[in-house]
Amino acid sequence: MKTASVGQATSANIQRRNSQWAIAMKSIRRHWQLYLLVIPPVLYFLIFKYIPMTNAVIAFKDYNVVLGIWGSPWVGFKHFKLFFENPVFWTLVRNTFLLSVSTIAVSFPIPILLALALNEVGHQGFKRLVQLVTYAPYFISTVVMVSMILLLFAPRLGIINQFINMFGFRSINFLGVPSFFRPIYVFSDVWQTAGYSAVIYLAAFSGIDPTLYEAAKVDGASRLQRIRYIDLPGILPTAVIILILSVGNVMAVGFEKVFLLQNPLNLSTSEVISTYVYKMGLLNANFSFATAVGLFNSVVNLVLLVSVNFVAKRLANASLW
Amino acid sequence: MTTTTQRRRRPIQESLGDKIFLGVIYVVLTIVLVIVLYPLIYIVSSSLSSPLAVSSGRVWLWPVDFSLRGYQVALSNPQIVTGYLNSLFYTFFGTLISVTLTVMIAYPLSRKSFYGRNVLMFFIVFTMLFSGGLIPTYMVVRDLGMINTRWALLIPQAIFVWQVIIARTFFQSSIPDELEEASAIDGCSDLRFLWSVVLPLSKPILAVLVLMYAVSQWNAYFDALLYLKSVELHPLQLVLRSILILNTTASSNMDAAVMIERQQMAELLKYSLIVIASLPVLIIYPFVQRYFVKGMLIGSIKG
Repeated sequence: MKTASVGQATSANIQRRNSQWAIAMKSIRRHWQLYLLVIPPVLYFLIFKYIPMTNAVIAFKDYNVVLGIWGSPWVGFKHFKLFFENPVFWTLVRNTFLLSVSTIAVSFPIPILLALALNEVGHQGFKRLVQLVTYAPYFISTVVMVSMILLLFAPRLGIINQFINMFGFRSINFLGVPSFFRPIYVFSDVWQTAGYSAVIYLAAFSGIDPTLYEAAKVDGASRLQRIRYIDLPGILPTAVIILILSVGNVMAVGFEKVFLLQNPLNLSTSEVISTYVYKMGLLNANFSFATAVGLFNSVVNLVLLVSVNFVAKRLANASLW
Repeated sequence: MTTTTQRRRRPIQESLGDKIFLGVIYVVLTIVLVIVLYPLIYIVSSSLSSPLAVSSGRVWLWPVDFSLRGYQVALSNPQIVTGYLNSLFYTFFGTLISVTLTVMIAYPLSRKSFYGRNVLMFFIVFTMLFSGGLIPTYMVVRDLGMINTRWALLIPQAIFVWQVIIARTFFQSSIPDELEEASAIDGCSDLRFLWSVVLPLSKPILAVLVLMYAVSQWNAYFDALLYLKSVELHPLQLVLRSILILNTTASSNMDAAVMIERQQMAELLKYSLIVIASLPVLIIYPFVQRYFVKGMLIGSIKG
């Protein structure tokens, strides 16, 4: 009896698989042009995204150009061990983590506040002006952004130090003091992206039912109360998603800006995992070690993203997938 | 009738607290406006001042001793001109390749009749979550013989997953499957349909893709730093990096007066270069802002 039902189940399975196959073949025959169309992009992803994933096995080998990826000898977790036992390990993890967390702590709430403020503004021209201006720095390239920071914070001629001098204080070499690195990084990031990020929240506001505001006004709710009870709940799902994404990227702090802001004086706070990977791998040509460090970082990120998403799903019922 | 009664009805009076609150908001936003705008104005003003005024720190808000010397020197520097032309090349062809590839994958993914689209979507989105890393990617580019060729800036970062998601969402919501079925009955092939129906209907999303890819290509420096050794291939951003951040200005043995002038010039040149490099993007930005906003909104419908 039991075996018969199992047999039935498998034959049903086979049938289903066959019918799936038939659907697939029918779709391919009818839409062969679409399948042809996706070949180049799929090849792109295979070559530039998936082959690197398989290349990452060199993290477990002593990579040698002559022997190639697959011919190089396996060494197990040697490079990971080297990295974890390296005194620089904790500094790197700490720098990367602190830089990201302080960026999130500032760059997450400020766009929300900006959007809330803009939403209260009745004067359309003023609103549009603020939006246009705060959005613009987003388009400045990293190189230019860092150049501007270097010029504005320059020890002698920088306008910031001139202001400081004006009030009778001595100039500060901001970029040369390790403790200033994080604030400079974070606040320039806010300066550059707050207007851009606020747009998402402004869109979320426009999705809120206007009758809610009308009703609240009739009931005598103050502006602050309307923000508290209508606006904030209205944008909560959006905010949670954005928070998940940024927390999931905690260990993937942007290489480009950190690298350009680095100098020998501030390295004790500005060296992060990604810049270390670049230096070890490409400048010191230590491919296996650098790949191990990078792989460690990718795995940590993936784990973080999945777990934050899990927690958010439980707590706020918002999820990426 | 209704309009008159509505007009006659008094709007609910704002309380004093609300008025103060609104006032505070206007003040705060004005401060924000100044904080964002001041550095930009300062940079532009400095770039329009004389070398001496800049190097003696006399510029505060508006140009001092107006001059265009910085721009003259910048635009007569062959390295900068080459970089500029290279960047135009990379931006044009890079955007062309990227937009084409993105549409090629996003459109089929948007069709319900495309078997296996969920699997394919996962295949693509997964690359957002996990990557092989810097060195393994570098090895692929090296093995393909792209190091120190223009291809290295056009191909390895050609498709952004985020843009695929945006484009797919747009196609899904604005090109109904019924339309495609109807054309198929009339004997229209998929490619023909894509070319003569979908693309003309998708101008807003194409604009978004073009702008986003073009801006990121124009602003990128990291891939060039990784893959390009020859200076004559360098895009503008890399040239800027060497002048603005690494401070590599040719200073051979010269007499003191020339040296001082050189130094003043080098300082002014930085401001002019910043303006020159950002100008193309910032000039078109006010006109295309709404497309960017639209792109973000499409993307945020289903992230």
